Amino acid sequence: MLDAVLAHYNYWLIVILMMIGLYVVISRGNLVKKIVGLNIFQTSVFLLYISLAKVTGGTAPILTGKPEVFSNPLPHVLILTAIVVGIATTALGLALVVRIRETYGSIEEDEILAAEEVIATHEADAAGEAST
Amino acid sequence: MSGDDMIIWVNFSLLTMLCLSAVAILLVRHLFAVAALTGAFSLLAAGLFVAMDAVDVAFTEAAVGAGISTVLLLGTLALTSRREKAAPIFSPTALVVVLMTGAALIYATSDMPAFGDPNAPGHAHVVPTYIEGSENDLVIPNIVTSVLASYRGYDTLGEVAVIFTAGIGVMFLLGLRREDEDDEGTVRRGTARRSGDGSDDRDGGGDEA
Amino acid sequence: MRHHLVLRVVSKMLIPFILLFALYVQFHGDFGPGGGFQAGVLFAAAFVLYALVFGVEHAREVLPPKALAILVPAGLLIYAVTGFAGIFLGGKYLDYDVLAATPTAGQHLGVLVIEFGVGVTVAAVMVSVFYDYAGRTSDVDAEDW
Repeated sequence: MLDAVLAHYNYWLIVILMMIGLYVVISRGNLVKKIVGLNIFQTSVFLLYISLAKVTGGTAPILTGKPEVFSNPLPHVLILTAIVVGIATTALGLALVVRIRETYGSIEEDEILAAEEVIATHEADAAGEAST
Repeated sequence: MSGDDMIIWVNFSLLTMLCLSAVAILLVRHLFAVAALTGAFSLLAAGLFVAMDAVDVAFTEAAVGAGISTVLLLGTLALTSRREKAAPIFSPTALVVVLMTGAALIYATSDMPAFGDPNAPGHAHVVPTYIEGSENDLVIPNIVTSVLASYRGYDTLGEVAVIFTAGIGVMFLLGLRREDEDDEGTVRRGTARRSGDGSDDRDGGGDEA
Repeated sequence: MRHHLVLRVVSKMLIPFILLFALYVQFHGDFGPGGGFQAGVLFAAAFVLYALVFGVEHAREVLPPKALAILVPAGLLIYAVTGFAGIFLGGKYLDYDVLAATPTAGQHLGVLVIEFGVGVTVAAVMVSVFYDYAGRTSDVDAEDW
């Protein structure tokens, strides 16, 4: 039992972290908080990959001339790319939030939806008046 | 306590602190505090990456997550708002979804190789050729750089293209000069303020100064 | 930021070292942790620090947006053109073996050049994104913020 826990404890903690991030995305209506929750989720996925790469007794994958055991460098490369792509999407998402704030006057999801409803009824009324 | 036991405690404590900061990000409503907590979260994640021998990844995560990401969040908050609206803290549907997904994932991790297993299938196929080629053919000591730039150089080209696209995307969204207030068709069309009646609940987010 | 004397003095002392460290990380990516991405972000962080302490207008004079508009695609083009250089010299796209006299020297040269391209684009994009956020005038009234 202890062996099973020691073999998988960090996967379980990382899944808990992932679920906290997912909960922030689903349950909070503030757009900036949603993006932050998405970042938490992304970082926990990176942690999962890097913990798959770790080899017990290994070192960082940099050759030093002495023969030694290295941790797997391939997930490191993938996650390096993923981190930079993650910041790119975060920057774009936050830019969209700024534009949404300028257009609707709020970054809370329910207020934006309410404003959209008002616009829809306004346009329906305007279309109704124009046709009569 | 041997080195292997120490690493268990280091991992466990760093992961616990990460979970605690994530819960703090969930509960705190002042968004500047959320930005600072995100920076601390990224720094802890960078520490965990170092503990798992991923030094290049830790470097990038510390620079990007704790540095640039915090600056971008603060820039956004300066242009939007600084508090989250008070909302019901507990949302049962979200909790159920999250618990079910978490249970499914934890069930799936039982099939994964043990943490640190040197015989895991992920270490077997191309990685020994990369390590050996980096030592003998390329003579580049940093294996991550040799894989990133040479063996998987095409993927890195795509990644630079992604960064470029994000840069020009943000330039189009925010960098062009803002239209005037009385320009009808563009900025102010959908504003709740303009529509006047009823839906002026925009100030719900800022009345607690 | 006129009042924050400590911040101004310390950042004046630190910014050259940050830039130097970014150059070190860029060109020693082969021998230790580092490479194009980290160096680009560090370089941008130095400029962001300067802009935060001394004002975005001063930062725009130091690194004008027109220069950034040239640097952002330049790095990507350096990377792509190195690939074509491999084709012109007889190999495949992004084949570094043919770039110099021996395959090992060719690989070293190829990795150096493309990491430089990556560093230039990442630095320019990060600074450009910061300028976009910092230069946007806010229409939020003080009591609504």
